[in-house]
Amino acid sequence: MQLGTLALLLTQTANVLSQTALLFFLGVGLTLIFGIMRVVNFAHGTIYMLGAYIGYSLARVTGSFWVALIVAPIIVGAVGVAFEAGILRRLYGRDGSAFLMVTFGLALILGDVVQIGWGASALRVAVPDLLSGVVLLLGEPFPDYRLFLAGFGVVMAIAIWQVLERTRFGLLIRATSQNPEMARALGTDVQLIRSGVFGVGCGLAALGGVLASPLVTASLGMAASMIIDAFVIVIIGGMGSFVGSLIGAFLVAFVQVFGNFYLPELAIAFIYLIMLLVLIVRPGGLLGKED
Amino acid sequence: MLRIEGLNAHYGLGHVLQGIDLEVAKGHIGALLGRNGVGKSTTLKTVMGLVKASGGTVTLDGQVITGREPHLVARAGIAYVPEGRLIFPDLTVVENIRVAERRPAIDWPLDRLFGLFPSLAERRANKGSQLSGGEQQMLAIARALASDPKVMLLDEPSQGLAPLVVRELASVIRQLCRAGVTMLLVEQNMNLAEAVAHRLHVMVKGRIVYAASPEQFRAEANEIRSRYLTV
Repeated sequence: MQLGTLALLLTQTANVLSQTALLFFLGVGLTLIFGIMRVVNFAHGTIYMLGAYIGYSLARVTGSFWVALIVAPIIVGAVGVAFEAGILRRLYGRDGSAFLMVTFGLALILGDVVQIGWGASALRVAVPDLLSGVVLLLGEPFPDYRLFLAGFGVVMAIAIWQVLERTRFGLLIRATSQNPEMARALGTDVQLIRSGVFGVGCGLAALGGVLASPLVTASLGMAASMIIDAFVIVIIGGMGSFVGSLIGAFLVAFVQVFGNFYLPELAIAFIYLIMLLVLIVRPGGLLGKED
Repeated sequence: MLRIEGLNAHYGLGHVLQGIDLEVAKGHIGALLGRNGVGKSTTLKTVMGLVKASGGTVTLDGQVITGREPHLVARAGIAYVPEGRLIFPDLTVVENIRVAERRPAIDWPLDRLFGLFPSLAERRANKGSQLSGGEQQMLAIARALASDPKVMLLDEPSQGLAPLVVRELASVIRQLCRAGVTMLLVEQNMNLAEAVAHRLHVMVKGRIVYAASPEQFRAEANEIRSRYLTV
């Protein structure tokens, strides 16, 4: 009995970590894009969905989930760069509503593209063979794939953090997010940084989409459900904060997993309650700047 | 080294620069004086490309740089120390400097900068927001130097600094001048400008109305002060 409770707690915690990983890929891209452009990307959920669908097709054509996992984010990242360079670039200096409309428009267009290209029904993506088994956590079976997600999330979070802290690209991202005019006056090609960050942010969302697809199937509904979670994560953590997106993803995952288990009717309400509390105590988010 | 000819700029409907002519010789310091709002800072921003020139040219070392994007003006060899310093608050001292250092610095590597500004060396791992006003000003200058510039533009470096720190600043500017850095300095602090500059220019309403050597300026200081500088 005692051991059973412990095992349950352990598997639920592992579930929280794997869910955190999925939410983090979405939230970190959104927060980086916001930090550098002061723009909320309304298309982020759709980009995530596009990643899942492109991943589905790549996995079918090549027969390998792993190829899809690497190539789909690159393709979607390139779409992001093209969108930034072709359209968003013309809007800098205008007020925020222009970006909302344009990114919302992109979400609508991509949604239709997916529906025309892949149809309206949900598509099953198989868990890769390598990870189709289960492990026993204190006697409780737990899917290998979810364990892989948790581990991959940790590795990617460390990698992104190291890029931000230790590389020149990361330094220029941070400088640009703090003061774009000054970064420009010191010789930084801010335009290039913006394209790069938008592309990377979209690529990370697509990575989340590919990783989520074996769990939830690729469907047209996945965009709408995820964009709300992503906004909540970024609002809780603080717009533009990398660590904030990590904490936000963990909190949302925690409430989703434990809430769905113990109080399924109230789980969604809990998430908004936490968001409300954070906004009352720290209007800029846990690690955000208030401005 | 830096030649500004007939430079014009508009802010909305305002004609803020109405034909600025100014030249700073290699290794010299030019100073730009004048009351608030006469266009001193705008002159520097227009040289930098942060404000679009509506006429005239800026030539750096024989190369016309007017109309270039700010980052390309910076890469051509102009370094900018802005009004209010604009240090990146969440970057460390070293990171602030690294932003400007596009390739390993030849003239101004990190150790030479820290030799010039020992207080920054001690605070190298501190965030920009943790520095005092004086330290931030020194960092803004160190950051500008890290790009090995041909010309450095300084906008009101003495603003908000204690008299003792202003004296330190004057000594730094002189040391840089001796090291061969060409500078264009915008100042409200007449004494500082007069103490370091090779040529002083006074602006009124978007034009340069007076230019002189420091000796001549000193001789006519009282008259210039009451005519152009005091409110």
